[in-house]
Amino acid sequence: MKSSLKNMVLTLLIITLVSSTAVGLVYLITEGPIAEAKGNKTTGALSKVLPEGDITNDPTADKQIVSLDDMEIIVYPARNADGVVGYAVESSTKKGFSGTFKLMVGFNSDMEIVNIEVLQHAETPGLGSKMGDPDNVLLVSFKGKSPANMKLSVKKDGGDVDAITASTITSVAYIDAVKRAYDAVLSLNDGGLK
Amino acid sequence: MGKLQTLTKGIIKENPSFVLLLGMCPMLGTTSSAINGLSMGIATLFVLTLSNIAISLIKDFIPAKVRIPSFIVVIASFVTVVQLCMEAFVPELYATLGVFIPLIVVNCIILGRAEAFASKNNVVDSALDGIGMGLGFTMALVLLGTVREALGAGSFFGYKFIEGDGILLFVLAPGAFIALGYLLVIFNKLTAKFK
Amino acid sequence: MEYFAIIIGAIFVNNIVLAQFLGICPFLGVSNKVETSMGMGAAVTFVMAISSVVVYLIQYHILVPLEIQYMQTIVFILVIASLVQMVEIMLKKLSPALYQALGIFLPLITTNCAVLGVAIILVQKEYSLLESVVFSVSSAVGFSLALVLFAGLRERLDFEDVPKAMKGVPIALVTAGILAMAFMGFSGLV
Repeated sequence: MKSSLKNMVLTLLIITLVSSTAVGLVYLITEGPIAEAKGNKTTGALSKVLPEGDITNDPTADKQIVSLDDMEIIVYPARNADGVVGYAVESSTKKGFSGTFKLMVGFNSDMEIVNIEVLQHAETPGLGSKMGDPDNVLLVSFKGKSPANMKLSVKKDGGDVDAITASTITSVAYIDAVKRAYDAVLSLNDGGLK
Repeated sequence: MGKLQTLTKGIIKENPSFVLLLGMCPMLGTTSSAINGLSMGIATLFVLTLSNIAISLIKDFIPAKVRIPSFIVVIASFVTVVQLCMEAFVPELYATLGVFIPLIVVNCIILGRAEAFASKNNVVDSALDGIGMGLGFTMALVLLGTVREALGAGSFFGYKFIEGDGILLFVLAPGAFIALGYLLVIFNKLTAKFK
Repeated sequence: MEYFAIIIGAIFVNNIVLAQFLGICPFLGVSNKVETSMGMGAAVTFVMAISSVVVYLIQYHILVPLEIQYMQTIVFILVIASLVQMVEIMLKKLSPALYQALGIFLPLITTNCAVLGVAIILVQKEYSLLESVVFSVSSAVGFSLALVLFAGLRERLDFEDVPKAMKGVPIALVTAGILAMAFMGFSGLV
């Protein structure tokens, strides 16, 4: 087809209009499932990191947002009739080997770490990505302990945390994210649990 | 050219990855495991087939000078559709493939087929060409992914067959280049024999 | 310090070609001669610097207020494509000398996935305007560095006795792999 200014502008206009309408429609259809998938991820992680036992409230409804060093940390408190039984904290760090990653850290009522889930990361597969494996050395170093009684750095730097072999940067970032999660709970109005 | 040939030429004879050397970025970037390669291949296959069909349908109404921009808009729309669907229904996979999904837009294979084939042929042939090329690309991705996963992590589609770690290098960036280089050597040797 | 980390990270540690696999096509395609690879590097740096500003403005002043972030891919690729066209036309008029040097590389940049890739990464990492510019320029410098180094290696490879089946792209890929390995030595710098 011959090109003239009129038909060029017209064709481009029609094509962009049709395609953006189509994309808009698909967006409307997928909007619900996307939000649901994200929600499922949070509730799934919550159930994995919170201490076992009765939880009568909806932690996602009672969430509190703390801002530490310009980054948002979300604290999900879990309560039952006796008061607060634990906290799940969505914490992130920018110090990862490939940028930001997000953890969900669970504390019990003594501020001991119950479990940690990796929510989102871009660390190197086979190296840094091991921080998401069940029972990896980092997780084991933290499980059942309170950050208050630990030296929060890798063993190489004189701390109490085993680093993942060949992934010191990831390990240091992981510790950073856990520490921020702990600080976030302490910074809440009730000063943690006590 | 027969219909069957239109479909199958993309798999060996004009394989987009091994022979035409197109679409190298996703080829190297998403093949750290076989399953990632497979998913990326299928996503590309979808976009390629749909865009080939759409472009061969509208080719007669597009003025020559705005051909490329129009093609890009069509391709980008299909990519966004695939992206949204993946985010909604397979969020885990979407997270792993990350930045490479939107980058299907600039995958030279797709624009290349639009320009070289779909803009000159009818709908059925274009669709077949898209499927064939998509399959060829997927096959190449799975092959590279399988090799890298086997050497790098000692597993096949996630099933470990050795204890402990493999040769980590192959999961990392340098291994991608080296593995692809040697796969090309093997591919060249084999096809040279059959010629 | 923050900016320093971004610069070192983008040039060496997460080199856009050798660690992130963006822009492989020009990396393999225009790396036969050091001279042409320098031209390509300069053209990419130029376009990336401008596109980072434009993409930032569009993302935060048009897409976010209208809540249509899902249109990102379509809008970005169109912006980059028209930007490249505009740069080409302007260079032709304003600086014929520069156009002579960079001209032939400009059309190739539209399909250089590094440009779109960097635009998407900028938005993902939520960089500020200045950080975006710093990151794009450093990424482009990293791209040019990898390209020029690689071209230097390939020029020498031409004189070597390479096995027949490995001639051309296969040996280039293996070389790129070794270069990527060398760049891995930078990991841990930031």
